[in-house]
Amino acid sequence: MRRLTLIAIPYLWLLALFLVPFLIVLKISLSDTAIAIPPYTPTLDLSEGWAGFKAFLSQLDMENFTWLTQDDLYWKAYLSSVRIAFISTILTLIAGYPIAYAMARAAPEWRPTLLMLVILPFWTSFLIRVYAWMGILSNEGLLNSLLIQIGLISEPLTILNTNTAVYIGVVYTYLPFMILPIYSALEKMDDSLLEAAEDLGCSRLQAFWLVTVPLSKQGIIAGCFLVFIPVVGEFVIPSLLGGSGTLMIGKVLFEEFFNNRDWPVASAVAVILLLILIVPIVLFQRNEQKQREAEG
Amino acid sequence: MKRFSAFNAVSLTLGFAFLYLPMIILVIYSFNASKLVTVWAGFSTRWYAELLQNEAFLDAAWVTIRVAVVSSTIATVLGTMAAYVLVRAGRFHGRTLFSGMIYAPLVMPEVITGLSLLLLFIGIGLDRGILTIILAHTTFSMCYVSVVVSSRLVSFDRSLEEAALDLGCTPFEAFRLVTLPIIAPAVISGWLLAFTLSLDDLVIASFTAGPSATTLPIKIFSAVRLGVSPEINALSTIMIGIVTLGVITASLVSKRASIRQQAEAQAAVRA
Repeated sequence: MRRLTLIAIPYLWLLALFLVPFLIVLKISLSDTAIAIPPYTPTLDLSEGWAGFKAFLSQLDMENFTWLTQDDLYWKAYLSSVRIAFISTILTLIAGYPIAYAMARAAPEWRPTLLMLVILPFWTSFLIRVYAWMGILSNEGLLNSLLIQIGLISEPLTILNTNTAVYIGVVYTYLPFMILPIYSALEKMDDSLLEAAEDLGCSRLQAFWLVTVPLSKQGIIAGCFLVFIPVVGEFVIPSLLGGSGTLMIGKVLFEEFFNNRDWPVASAVAVILLLILIVPIVLFQRNEQKQREAEG
Repeated sequence: MKRFSAFNAVSLTLGFAFLYLPMIILVIYSFNASKLVTVWAGFSTRWYAELLQNEAFLDAAWVTIRVAVVSSTIATVLGTMAAYVLVRAGRFHGRTLFSGMIYAPLVMPEVITGLSLLLLFIGIGLDRGILTIILAHTTFSMCYVSVVVSSRLVSFDRSLEEAALDLGCTPFEAFRLVTLPIIAPAVISGWLLAFTLSLDDLVIASFTAGPSATTLPIKIFSAVRLGVSPEINALSTIMIGIVTLGVITASLVSKRASIRQQAEAQAAVRA
C-alpha cells in the first residue's frame, strides 16, 4: 500500500504536468487557428460523449504541418538552427578540449580547485552571462575600443547582432558542459599507455592522436551532445546576441506564440523541433548506456 | 609521470580568462559613474542606489525568491521519491514510462516545456501567476533532483537498510534513520540545483507567468533587449556576489566536514 502511494505521487505529478501538456501541444498542432478564446478549433466537448469525440477527431488535420513545409521561413529556421548548433558545438569542442586536457594533466592537488572554477559559472545566471557579452561586443563596446586603441582597426567591427556573436555566446555559456565529460574521460587514462606509444616510436603528437583522443572518445561524444541538443532550441542567446539575420527555431516559436498569437502553428513548430531532436537524444542515451556498461 | 607542458599552462590561462573576464568586466562597470558603457567616469555606487529604489525590480526579485524556495522544496520531496522508486521499488507496471518522464524533461527544449504547460493551464482554466510558475518549475526541477539523488542511492549499500528492517524498523523508519542521513548530501545538492534552476529560468517563466507575477529574469530580459543598462550591471553584480559567497561557504563547510570525518576515523583507529 505504502509502496503504491510512493510510486503514485511522483507518477501522477509527471503525468499531469509533463505528459498531458505534451499531448495537448500535439492536439493543438492538428487544430485550426480561430479568432476565439482559446484561439483554435475544434475544442473537445466531452458532454456529447463518443459522438462528440468522433466529430472532434474528424476536424483535426495536418494543415499546419503542410503550411510549415510550404513556408520558407520555417525550413530555413530549422536548417539554420541545426547548422548554428553544429558549428558552435565544433567550436566549443576546439575550445574545451585543451582546457580539459590541461586539467587532467595538472597536479592532483590542484584538480578539485580547477574543477570548481569550471563549475562555478554554471551556478551564475545564464541570462547574465549572455548579457555580459553585449557590453563587450557592441559597436561602442570594449572589444572594439580596445582594437581601435591598439590601432588594429580604424572602424568598429560589427559583431553584436550577427551569427558570430551567437557562436561566442554559445561557446562561452556551454563550455563547462564540454569540459566536464572530456575531463572525466581523460582523468581515468593510464599514462603508461602514452609512454608505451612513445617507446614504440610515436612522436608526442602521434601518441596524442593515436592514444589520447581515442581513449577520450566517449567524453567527446557526451560533451558534443550536451552542447548540440540544447543549442538547437536555444532562445536567449539568439535573441540577445543574434541579429535579424539569425534564424533560430526557439526564437521563431517564441515570437509565433507571443507576437502572432498563432497557437496551432507554434505547436506544430514545437512538434517538429522535437522530432528533429529525437535522433540526437536517442544517440546520446545509447552513448551513456555504453559508458555505464563499460564501467559497471 | 604526467607532464604539465607550457601548452597546458597557456590553455588553462586562456580558458579561465575567457570564462571569467566577461563577468569581471561586468562587475567593474557596475561601479561606473557614466551611463555609457565604454567611458569610465570614475567610481560610483549610483546605480545600486537607483536599483534599490526601483520597485518593479524589487517586486520581481521577491516573486522570484518565493517561487524558487517553494518550487525547489516540493521538487526535492518529489524528486527524492521518484529516485527511490526508480532505484528501489523494483518492477511495476509503467516503469518504462516513468523513467522516460524523469529523463525527458532534462533534454526537452525549454520553449516546448513552457508552451505545453501554458496550454495546459489555459485548458483547465488556471489563472497564470505565482502558482503556475511554481508548478512549472517544480515539474522540471524534480527531474534534476531525482537524477542527482538516484546516482547516490545506486552507490550505497542496501544491506544497511535491510539490517534496519531486520532490527524491527518500519520501512519509513528505515528510510528516515538510515537512508536519508546517507543520501542527505545528494538531497541538499539537489535542492540547491533546483533552487538555482528556478532563479535562473527565463523561458518557462515567460510562458507560465501572468500579468500579476513577473520574475526577475523576465524583468532583466525586457530591460536588456534594447541594450546595456548600468542598473542591470549593478543587479548582475549583486547576483554574482551572492553565488560566489554561497559556493565558497558550501566548499568550506564540506571541507570542514571531511576533516572532522578524518579526525573521527583516526580516533576510532587509535581506540
